[in-house]
Order: sequence, then C-alpha cells, then structure tokens
Amino acid sequence: MTKVVVDPITRIEGHLRIEVEADGGRIKNAWASSTQFRGIEIILEGRDPRDAWAFTQRICGVCTTVHALASCRAVEDALGIDVPPAGGLIRTLVHGMQTVQDHVIHFYHLHALDWVDVVSALKADPGATANLAASLSPWPNNSKTYFTEVQNRLKSFVDSGQLGIFANGYWGHPAYKLPPEANLMAVAHYLEALDWQRDVIRLHTIFAGKNPHPNFLVGGMASAINLDGTATINAESLSKIRDMITRARLFVEQVYWPDLLAVASFYKDWAKIGGGVPNYLAVGEYPENGNWRDAESMYLPSGVIFDNDLSTVVPYDQEKVKEYINASWYDYKEGDKVALHPSVGETIPHYTGPEPPWTYLQGEEKYTWMKAPRYDDKPMEVGPLARMLVAYASGHADTKEVVGEALGRLQVGPAALFSTLGRTAARGAETLLLARRLETWYDALVTRIKSGDTATFSQKRWSPDTWPASAEGYGFLGAARGALGHWVKIQDGKIVHYQCVVPSTWNCSPRDVHGATGPYEAALMDNHPLADPKRPLEILRTIHSFDPCMACGVHVLDAQGREVTQVRVKG
Amino acid sequence: MFFPSSYPWTENETLGEHLERRGVSRRAFLKYCGELAVVLGVSQALTPQIAEALQKVRRPSVIWLQLQECTGCVESTLRTSDPTIGDLLLDLISLDFNDTLMAAAGDAAEGAMQTAMKENAGKYILIVTGSVPLAADGMYLTMGGRRGRDVLEEAAANAGAVLAVGACAHFGSVQSAKPNPTGAVGVADIVKDKPVVTIAGCPPIADTITATVVHYLTFNRLPETDGEGRPLFAYGKRIHDQCSRRAHFDAGQYVEAFDDEGARNGWCLYEMGCKGPETFSPCPIFQWNSHTSWPIGSGHPCLGCTERNFWDTMTPFYNRLPAVAGFGVERNADHIGLALAGAAVAGVAAHAIATGIHRSKEGHTPHEPAVDLPVVETPAEKSKEERHD
Repeated sequence: MTKVVVDPITRIEGHLRIEVEADGGRIKNAWASSTQFRGIEIILEGRDPRDAWAFTQRICGVCTTVHALASCRAVEDALGIDVPPAGGLIRTLVHGMQTVQDHVIHFYHLHALDWVDVVSALKADPGATANLAASLSPWPNNSKTYFTEVQNRLKSFVDSGQLGIFANGYWGHPAYKLPPEANLMAVAHYLEALDWQRDVIRLHTIFAGKNPHPNFLVGGMASAINLDGTATINAESLSKIRDMITRARLFVEQVYWPDLLAVASFYKDWAKIGGGVPNYLAVGEYPENGNWRDAESMYLPSGVIFDNDLSTVVPYDQEKVKEYINASWYDYKEGDKVALHPSVGETIPHYTGPEPPWTYLQGEEKYTWMKAPRYDDKPMEVGPLARMLVAYASGHADTKEVVGEALGRLQVGPAALFSTLGRTAARGAETLLLARRLETWYDALVTRIKSGDTATFSQKRWSPDTWPASAEGYGFLGAARGALGHWVKIQDGKIVHYQCVVPSTWNCSPRDVHGATGPYEAALMDNHPLADPKRPLEILRTIHSFDPCMACGVHVLDAQGREVTQVRVKG
Repeated sequence: MFFPSSYPWTENETLGEHLERRGVSRRAFLKYCGELAVVLGVSQALTPQIAEALQKVRRPSVIWLQLQECTGCVESTLRTSDPTIGDLLLDLISLDFNDTLMAAAGDAAEGAMQTAMKENAGKYILIVTGSVPLAADGMYLTMGGRRGRDVLEEAAANAGAVLAVGACAHFGSVQSAKPNPTGAVGVADIVKDKPVVTIAGCPPIADTITATVVHYLTFNRLPETDGEGRPLFAYGKRIHDQCSRRAHFDAGQYVEAFDDEGARNGWCLYEMGCKGPETFSPCPIFQWNSHTSWPIGSGHPCLGCTERNFWDTMTPFYNRLPAVAGFGVERNADHIGLALAGAAVAGVAAHAIATGIHRSKEGHTPHEPAVDLPVVETPAEKSKEERHD
C-alpha cells in the first residue's frame, strides 16, 4: 500500500489537501482535508443585516456573487421583503453571467491542463489543427495562420526556459491521450478564454460597479434605470449588455462546448471512473420573473436523487439538512456524534491534529476544517452534475436536449454521467443552457422597462424601524458549484445567528458518524486509477471535476462558538 | 509573464531586445511609456527616462503566495484589461508560483516555488494575497502541512520586494473584523525587515498591481507610499475629490433612498452611507474592468475597502458618515476628509523616514502612526474648510 499526499491541490480556490492509499495502480482509500479556517459567521453577529451580503461575499472571490445573493435572499426572507421584478431580473442576469463565466474559466484555466498536454502542442501540424477545429465549429479564428501563430508563441515560451505557471506540470504523463492537434487547439482556446472572460463579466460592472465583488443591496439592486439618464442604466448600457450576452453565447456554443465534446471523446474511459456518492441534490435556480420564492419561475428545477435512480426525483426540504463534526476540527456542546440543523448550528473550532509540519493526516479521527453536511442523513453531491441530473430526470426539455446531444455524440448512456467525465460534461451542458437563456432574461428585463416598470429596489422595509423585534430567514441559491444555503436570525435590528451550508462543504465533506465518506473521497475510491504515485495526475482530474472552492466550504460559528478554543496539539 | 499570451521574454535578454525581437516599434514603446507616466503620476517629460530604464530591465521572477483569503485578488488580476498595460505588463514577469493558475500540484508545486526562491534569491518579487492567522498557534491555515506564517516568512526572507495585495494582506480584511476569531493580521505585521508596499482594496484594481510592479522595474525602487504603505500614484487622493458625482454634493443634490428621483438622476450618495469622503482610492480614475464603471458610478455607495479596518470603522455601510464608528462628533464630509488627508501626508513623511531606516537596515514599519509629524494642509483644502465653516 502506497501513501500519497497532494498538498497543495492547485488550480482551485483555496487550500485543499488530498491523501490516498493506493495499491496495484488503484486508489483504495482517500481523505480530503481543508486546511484553512476564517470564521466569518461569528464576525457577522451584532451587525446590521443589510451589511451581511458584503461580509459573506468575501467568503469567495471566484464565485463572487453567490454568497452575496444568498445573503440578500436570507435577509429578505426574514424581513418579508419582495424585490421588484426588474431588480430581480437584474440579479438573475448577474448570477447567470457569473455561472457561465465561472464555468468557462474552470474548464480552460483550472481543469484543462489535467487533460491537455501543453508541451505536446508543439508537435502539432497547424494545418491539421485548423482542419480539426473547422470540423467542430464555425468559430472564425480556426485558421492555419492562427494556430501557427499560437504555436510559435508557445515555442518561444518553452524555449525561454522560464515556464512560469506551466513549470513542473506532468507533461508527457501516459494518461494524456489527446493528439498534438487537439492539444494545440485547446491551448489556443485557453488563451482566448482569458480575453473572453474579462469582457463578458463587465455585465457585473455595469449593473453592480465592479468585478470581483460587485455590489448588491437588500431589497433589490442599487443601479437605477433611467433611459434618459447619463449616470444610470440607460439605452447605451443595455445595448452593451446585450452585446456581452451575445458574445458569451457564441463562445460557449462555438468554442467551449465543441472543445469539451472533442476532448471527452478521447477520455471515455473516465465515464466509468470517479462516480462515488450516488445521491444528488439541487435547490433550483434562475427565477425568470425575478422572484426567487416562486418555485415555478425557476429555470432549473430543485430536487433530490438517491442511489443513482433517475426514475425518481424527491422534493427538496431544507429541514432535512444537518451537519456532523465527528471528523472535523470542531466541538458540539452535545458531543461529536450528533448532527445539527443550520438554524441551530454551532461551531466551536478546536484543532486536535498533529503538530506541523504534517506527514500524514490519515488515521486521525479528525482531519479537516470542513463539516459534514448530510441530507436525510445521506451524503450528497451538489453542483452542475446534480443540477443536470435532477433536471434530466424531471423531464426538463432543454436539459434533455443538450445532455442527450452529449450522450449521443459520445455514444454512452445516462449512467456515464455518474463519473469524473460526467461531472465535467455536465458543467459544459449547464453552461450551454445558461448562455442561451441569458438572452431570454435580458428580453424579459427590457420588456419590463418598456412597460414603464423600472423599479429596482423596494424601500418598504429598508428602515430598521419597520422590522419585527425578531425574525428568521433562509436563503438558498443554485450557485455555480452547487446548492448553497444561508440561515439568518435577526433580533432588535442586529444579526444574532448566521450559518452557511456551502457547495464545497457538501462535496469535500469528511466521514460522518456512520463512516460514510464525502463525495471527493468516495469518487477517489470509485474504480480510480493512480498509475504513478509521484505524478498523481488522475487525482487532479477527479478533484478538479468538482471545481473545489475551499474558502467557501469552511465557515460557521454561532453565538455559543464565540470563544476560540486554544489548540491542543497531540503529543 | 503570466500566460503565453504574447511573445515570452527570455531570461537573458533585456526588455529592449525583447521588444525589438517581437517587432514593437520604438514609437509604440515610447507611447506606452508616456501612458505609463500618466498612470504613475509623473511628468510626461520623464517619458524618455522611463523608456531608457525599462529597456534595460530583465524579466523578474514573481512568487505569488495565497494565504488566508478568497482568491478575489487573483481573479481581479485576471481582469487586467487595458490592452496597453495588460499585454505589456503581464509580459514583464515570470510567474513561477501561483496556486490558482499553476499546472503543477503537491510536491511538484512546492518544488517550483523552492527552485524559484533559490535561483532568484534576493531578486524575486513576492506578491502576497491573504492574511496570516496567529490565533490557535497558527493552525487556522496550513499549506503543504506547514503553518501559513512559516511559509510567508520563508518566502519573504530572500525577496527583493514584497507587495501586499488586497485588504487581507493589508490588514487582515474580513476575517480580522471584530472579534477576529482567527487572529488574522496583514503581511506587514509579519514581514518587518523590509518595506512592504500595500495595494489596498477588496479586491484592488488590477492595473494598480501591474503599475506598481512596473514602477519597481523602471526606477529600481518601490513607489512613494503613504502611511499605510499604499503607492501615492494610486492612493494619493480621496474618492470624494475625484468623484464624478461631486458636483451634486456641492450642489446639495443627494440620493435620499435607493431608486428615488435622485438615484435616477445620478446624484450624490453621501446620504446613503457613501464612504468616498474618507477613502483614498484610484477607483474614480482607473475605474473597473476596462474602464467600464465603478461602484459609485453604478449607484452603490463606496464601502471604503481601501482603508484599514473598514469592516469595523465603515460599518454599518449604509449609515451616513458622521454616525460611523470613530466619528462621534457631527462633522461634514470635508472635515473628515481633511483630517484624513492630513494623516496621509503625515504618513508619507513617516514612510520617508522609515525608508531611511530601512536603508540603514534597522527595520521598517509602513503603517507606523506618525503622531509627531505636522499635518500639512493644502490651500485648496483649507479654503474648503473655511467655506463650510
């Protein structure tokens, strides 16, 4: 049995450590450990609930809108605030563009290097690359001249001897299967996506002032609409947004989606690897009328799937969410064996691991700053795969069409989705759906404006004088990386309790009291290869397929958890 | 460079040779240097000197360390988009370690960092995003099984320059807000034997980061900074004094509620809690995401994110300034701004002294309070004060 540690896992958000035991080229056991804690919820206590979006937004700068939105929803739920439709539609557009942009960055800049051998691209024939690209897509850049240029840039870069971010990659690893031409095409699009992502995200800048960390507002959005104004959302800014939406869709339709299917066709063996936890949870997202409380208006449905059974989708009920800490560096007042609902959740950080520098965490009873969320006492995978499975199993027409296209092109059945490759493909499918849908939401906003309904903000419950003495709220969001929930309690105008249950907490969760592993761990133990323990490329493939966001995953603290317990280092 | 988005600059050629090889004309290069002079706030007459200095520099190694943070600062840097600054500046460095973007992981990633530190000892630029948690014996952040603090100290020991990028590296940001459960502190609280330049903001505008790097390469020293270690070329002025809505403040035209008539006419957000009067930031001038807009420009009050402890001193965010903690006495915006401008000027002097100390290798504390130094008032600020009195 070989012990392998990968720390840091790079090309993710935050700090993640993976340990595995491997034997005969297969992974037998796995531990996922988050190695950062920040404690944002305790900081929220005693503060104005209207400020909470800004604090929680700083949980993550990659999925930079999602906590802010979930927080606004939680506070609005508590205080009974309805956001006007135009304000709600602006939020839908902001969140939709966030997800599209985030997924594309993930594919090209965080995940692609697991499948694409940059050095191999030097051997490509640019003419053959152009033919390959043209056979996949009408994208205008697909010429021999263009690929020659990219290859020359790459060549002089490699010749420089200063490889920068590409230094020490696992280039030449036998698990890389793409022909040189496909590698060159992907490298070219890696570079193009860098330009594309900074262009289309300017939708956030127009509606919300900047990106990362755009500005939100409890009760709506701060960007007023006045078609005749010079310092507001007007005809000029709307037309810019329309153009960005078009460019977003074209890139996804003509670059990302064709690239994804082309790359996937060389890695079909990965449709049998890395499934893991067979349960999937989605909370529903993208209110098409701007009202997130209206389940009917959600573009993507909510629901829960158990045991890979696509014939049954169970309705989601937030009361069934609970968190364990038996393998996490926290205490509960009632001991380590209980699970608590977030509305009464508590977090008392208590490090009991070994003294650094660590060699191994495996074997430790507690080994991570992640809690272990469970739904109906079962571990759940969340994220694009969960959403696509729930939508597919619910008969969502657009999803059935796009997922069906992918399955058909790859000549595999729906069971192939329960895998590392399925996870990566589902993210692309969702991006395609959303990139196409942005135009619908834009049109809905413009229709509102045309009819004179330009209100973006509700003043009714803005003043704390109008609030009840105590209130409690729940805000959910179908964030890029999966189901997100914020729970807030407000008393006498201040926050008294705040909890988040976050996508990466679900996916990176450790073992629970029943010994059930979380999705990362289970996926690494599901028919998972590891050819060369010194170059653990396969581990990166599966972990990156989840798109980890560690800063998001570690959170919590409540009124009782205020005292930071001193570390007790094991001797 | 960060990415092979243009012709890479090889290790052994100067920038001048590199630009010649990639076919950049002398005229285009001088134009770029002229624009750079504007960004850096120096006279256009210095353009030839900037060009001459830049032509001689060699591509430096950059190690980017991410500590206790949210990755927003790296994301912001990815949005650097001015074609002139973006293309040339990203081409100016060799990014040898960056957690978010590098291909390698685990031991291979650690190896890349060790190699870069060894080969470029004393020369590499260390960019740090994120804070250092000191509570619980530093166990709230480990990387590669080591405490974040230890990783930072090792990386800083042989750095040629240290840039603390973002509010977390500046002072600890959101995780250091009361009651600071993890004992988070900024980089300058750990690295005390060399100057730390602070690119403030949550996150900062990427162009500020790249412009600071170029300043270092061009003039072979870090830019002049204020008492917080912030470069004056970017953080020398209050938002309030550069604001596109300033005329409405002077005319007494205020937004009284979000989405009211004032909001729909783009009036001043002071009444909605705008912290522009006490915030030193390049936001109104540089703007965000290819000069597309900026927070006040899109109707939301400034949160004051370039200022130390803004999560505590600027909150509640929607309260008008005089009600904000730290300002017990009712004062108008210009009074507050004036007091802070004075503090900033004093800070510059403090920094100058501290730099002198550094030169004599006796240590440097960029944010040391400058209590003994006189507050200098500019004539313009003085006249404002008189007018409002």
